[in-house]
Amino acid sequence: MAKALVFIDNPGGALKKSSLELLTIARSLGESAVAFNGELNDDVAASIAAHGAAAIYRPSATDLDGYLVAPKAAYLAAAVAASGADTVLLENSADGKEIAARLGVKLNAGVITDVVGVDADGTAHKSVLAGAYTTTAKARTAVAVLTVKPNSVDVAEAPAAGAPETVTVEVPADAAATAARITARSERPATGRPELTEARVVVAGGRGVDGDFGPVEALADALGGAVGASRAATDAGWIGHDYQVGQTGKTVSPQLYISAGISGAIQQKAGMQTSKVIVAINKDAESPVFEIADFGIIGDLFKVLPQATEEIKKRKG
Amino acid sequence: MAMRPAAGHPQARKAASNTVEETLKIVVLVKHVPDAQFDRHLTGQGNTVDRDESILSELDEYALEAALQLSEARGGAKAGNEVIALSMGPAGAVNSVKKSLQIGASSGVHLSDDALAGSDAAATSLALAAAIRYLGPVDLVLTGMASTDGETSLVPAQLAERLGLPQITFASALELNGSTLTARRDGDGHSDTVEATLPAVVSVTDQINEPRYPNFKGILAAKKKKITTLALSDIGIDASQVGAAGSLTVVETAAARPPRTAGTIITDEGDAGIKLVDFLAAQKLL
Ligand SMILES: Cc1cc2nc3c(=O)[nH]c(=O)nc-3n(C[C@H](O)[C@H](O)[C@H](O)COP(=O)(O)OP(=O)(O)OC[C@H]3O[C@@H](n4cnc5c(N)ncnc54)[C@H](O)[C@@H]3O)c2cc1C
Ligand SMILES: Nc1ncnc2c1ncn2[C@@H]1O[C@H](COP(=O)(O)O)[C@@H](O)[C@H]1O
Repeated sequence: MAKALVFIDNPGGALKKSSLELLTIARSLGESAVAFNGELNDDVAASIAAHGAAAIYRPSATDLDGYLVAPKAAYLAAAVAASGADTVLLENSADGKEIAARLGVKLNAGVITDVVGVDADGTAHKSVLAGAYTTTAKARTAVAVLTVKPNSVDVAEAPAAGAPETVTVEVPADAAATAARITARSERPATGRPELTEARVVVAGGRGVDGDFGPVEALADALGGAVGASRAATDAGWIGHDYQVGQTGKTVSPQLYISAGISGAIQQKAGMQTSKVIVAINKDAESPVFEIADFGIIGDLFKVLPQATEEIKKRKG
Repeated sequence: MAMRPAAGHPQARKAASNTVEETLKIVVLVKHVPDAQFDRHLTGQGNTVDRDESILSELDEYALEAALQLSEARGGAKAGNEVIALSMGPAGAVNSVKKSLQIGASSGVHLSDDALAGSDAAATSLALAAAIRYLGPVDLVLTGMASTDGETSLVPAQLAERLGLPQITFASALELNGSTLTARRDGDGHSDTVEATLPAVVSVTDQINEPRYPNFKGILAAKKKKITTLALSDIGIDASQVGAAGSLTVVETAAARPPRTAGTIITDEGDAGIKLVDFLAAQKLL
């Protein structure tokens, strides 16, 4: 039977939705297991069991986090060998893709990134060229390594929870020998809003907000969504770079993307074009963003957004 | 610096305590990509990108700028520092090498072979790693954060793995003191300081600098700079290891996404916010 291994890296107190999606996909491929890194608390262990994993592999070394990517790839390669997995699933983050990249070289395995769906036979679906094409791709190798975007599948628990065995995997002694060291980390304060790449709703502001993200944030909060931004807004320093959506920012595909005061340049579109429903508010009728909007409003965002926020609050009572 | 042992060699560098800083040999990877301002297409059996209307990938301009700044900080080409622009791609890719020379690279390398067409990240990184080894010991390999066509961001990490060098990727700030590289890498919810010793592979983001444009002097100077063309046989790679034959993944089908049909566009007459909420309610998005 096919075996899929899900890499879960430092989930903290609870598994992220993207990890639950990976576990759901893994189960659809065959027997599933987890290669875990970090502290494993009881809730996380229970959640892994509930999603049907047959085993949890853990590294013998605990200092993998002190280095960039390389030793995690070395650990994961050892976990693949220990588990006999033929598919490895990782999240589609910068770290996830790079761990996948190095794992691919170590195992001579094909790597497919930006996956949005996996068929039972291992065929991966992805969108390429900034959402202009959808393709199917397959690894031609004994092991396939896939990085999967968030919001790709509906999360489902296994029909019967498993009691996964825990297996310690020996991390190769030279795993960190040529790795770059992480010498300091500064955490950014939590916003209380959903994670941008996982959010169901994103409200994004651009140069048109002219330094004031207040109306954008208020609408995002009324909709329970995340806040995004164009590069013009992040370059101006009105909001942090980690809010940037686009080619060199985050790629999002929420149910709803509301674009306010953003012209819709190709690099911005690259990050949001696959959103289910796109709403645009822009005072320039000629803005390219209207070409991709399902609902467009030619108007002033400082009038339209607050009015919509009030109306939503009224209707939600 | 005259002689250097091979990259990855334990004694690869002299002690960093040298007062006179050593010269640098930097390879910058520049990819020739379809211009995103035009419609881009997948063509042919291998579903590869149509490369008409191609340009130097704009994300690689940041890597070139970073290389030039590091070189200039040590006296530039005059002082013996080298910035070598390396591009792998079909005949047209030489244009991206030329552009790099105009911007300021000291020499160029074009890796070109019919067998390379359709290479995935694994085959690309294999060929680029061999080309870099062919260039002899280098201090630094600089790349963009992603190619604007492939967009996988796999190549830099795979190069580091293949060359056995430290990997610093997605650097938004980069400093070199002696032979110690320090970079800032912004992750999800945190920002890290990352450190490694030369030689290393570094990818940079568009946050790191403002790339310069070629000026008239640069365009003239570029005409005298050397471009080496390499084929697979030069770098000891067999045709079966690259291209469609050597790729570890295969694209089986490709379908143009139906263009987003423009939806309803209204002009605000004082109630557009309400109409927006009506639309969201109708779409069950509230
Ligand atoms: C290498 C590279 C990478 C890039 N990566 C990204 C990326 O990841 N993400 C990204 O977004 N961009 C990226 N860009 C930049 C991109 O090309 C555009 O410059 C940028 O998206 C423009 O941002 P904007 O739409 O907010 O600003 P503008 O293009 O200036 O548009 C502002 C819009 O706001 C409208 N407006 C003004 N006032 C109001 C108002 N009161 N109410 C309503 N509308 C109003 C205007 O009509 C205008 O359409 C990149 C560029 C390069 C070269
Ligand atoms: N064919 C190529 N020639 C030169 N450099 C490349 C090539 N492919 C990828 N690169 C480099 O690797 C980086 C990341 O590319 P990718 O992994 O394809 O997203 C690019 O920004 C380039 O610097």
